[in-house]
Amino acid sequence: MRMANDRGPRATHNALKLALAWGFVGIPLVWGVVQTLVNAIKAFH
Amino acid sequence: MSFLHRDRSVAPPGYSRWLIPPAALCVHLCIGEAYAFSVFNLPMTKLIGITTHAPNDWKLTELGWIFSIAIFFLGASAALLGRWVEEGGPRRAMFTAALCWSGGFFVAAIGVYLHNLWIVYLGYGVLGGIGLGIGYISPVSTLIRWFPDRPGMATGMAIMGFGGGAFIAAPLSVWLMSKFSTPSHVGVAETFIAMGIIYLCFMMVGAAIVRVPPPGWQPAGYVAPVQPQRLVTTRDVFVYDALKTPQFWLVWLVLCLNVTAGIGVLGQASAMCQEMFHHRITAVAASGLIGLFSLFNMGGRYFWSSISDFIGRKNTYFVFFALGAFLYALVPHSGAVRSVALFVFCYAVIFSMYGGGFATVPAYLRDLFGTRYVGAIHGMLLTAWSMAGILGPVLVNYIRQYNVTHGVPAAQAYNVTMYVMAFLLVIGFVANVLIRPVAERYYIGETEPQGVGRRVMAER
Repeated sequence: MRMANDRGPRATHNALKLALAWGFVGIPLVWGVVQTLVNAIKAFH
Repeated sequence: MSFLHRDRSVAPPGYSRWLIPPAALCVHLCIGEAYAFSVFNLPMTKLIGITTHAPNDWKLTELGWIFSIAIFFLGASAALLGRWVEEGGPRRAMFTAALCWSGGFFVAAIGVYLHNLWIVYLGYGVLGGIGLGIGYISPVSTLIRWFPDRPGMATGMAIMGFGGGAFIAAPLSVWLMSKFSTPSHVGVAETFIAMGIIYLCFMMVGAAIVRVPPPGWQPAGYVAPVQPQRLVTTRDVFVYDALKTPQFWLVWLVLCLNVTAGIGVLGQASAMCQEMFHHRITAVAASGLIGLFSLFNMGGRYFWSSISDFIGRKNTYFVFFALGAFLYALVPHSGAVRSVALFVFCYAVIFSMYGGGFATVPAYLRDLFGTRYVGAIHGMLLTAWSMAGILGPVLVNYIRQYNVTHGVPAAQAYNVTMYVMAFLLVIGFVANVLIRPVAERYYIGETEPQGVGRRVMAER
């Protein structure tokens, strides 16, 4: 019973950790890719 | 330092395996900076002259050695320290890689400050290169253990980060140098220090969140294939025994030829498209194209390694070699019919397969040699990369020069090169055909290598 009650907060905690971890690496990567694309488009113009 | 021990990094119950790819990316995105190191080349030739090259300033040819030394030490450290990485676990390896990589930047900053190139070679080249090697292989076997159902996709994600690191590093380096530069100062040393601090923090986060799965762990709902697949083993080969198998050397050749073809044209892509499409592709447009090709190089790492989970590693390499040979042979035709679109299409696919070759090979090794020593075996295989790094550019440059010297017009000077690259891929195709399952005698437990395999098993 206790485990079932704990599952909700633990799932939320896990989801938060996943969002933070993926955001930590994903945001700089997306920023870099966007910069490269912008430069590529500028170069073609 | 007990928190670095493998036992301290065993995942607790309920730990999500999807935290491992970001941990791996923390390392690979940082060490991928190596691909963008060329942004420092020009500023480092003006450390004394500031706006122009002074007589005492470093030459580009001298600076080119920094990257070459780093890549040499990448291969050497991955080959020599692979077993240490494998047995000590990913946290210790990532922690060490972070210290070496950021330390390399700090030492290089001292070299720039004192204007002593040997210190830069020692810092970025040797220390940074060791960080590159340890960092590159550190998450490989951990990812494979967490994702037995999708090993190609898992390692592809990390190795995609190595390709993507340059996208972050190039604009970041340029921005930092613009902030630190003054009318009397270029700002390279300060940029090195800032980047060393950023990379140290970033990689330490990776080392902190990485975990190894508990013994016997399997993903929920995962059922190991009952029907054994011919080229996928469920057993393990000891790291040094793998070197005795023909399969290791065939995969070495497969990687070497795939990388040779890709790396050869990678370095010359800008000049090649300008010469093949004179007056149609300018230097600025060429730099944009290179950025675009680099995106395909990065995306191909994830795409092809994920595909390999469904069609198999051997078939994926068949696609690389067959389609690659066809596309390389098609490039001269694109020049003959003056089709920029066809040229861009050929190169985009070629670069995606170049990246895909890097990303798919750890899973190929896991299929052939098992999971236990895959990181260490992968480390040894990276010597193929070092070899290709010499072969590829030498082939492309010398063949082009020979053609130009013998009166071939610049627009057609790369045609022979493309056919030679296509031929290399045909050899790679044959090497891939020859890969068969590893012989029984090499597996741990059949003829144990001097008890080493058993000792390691007992330790775990």
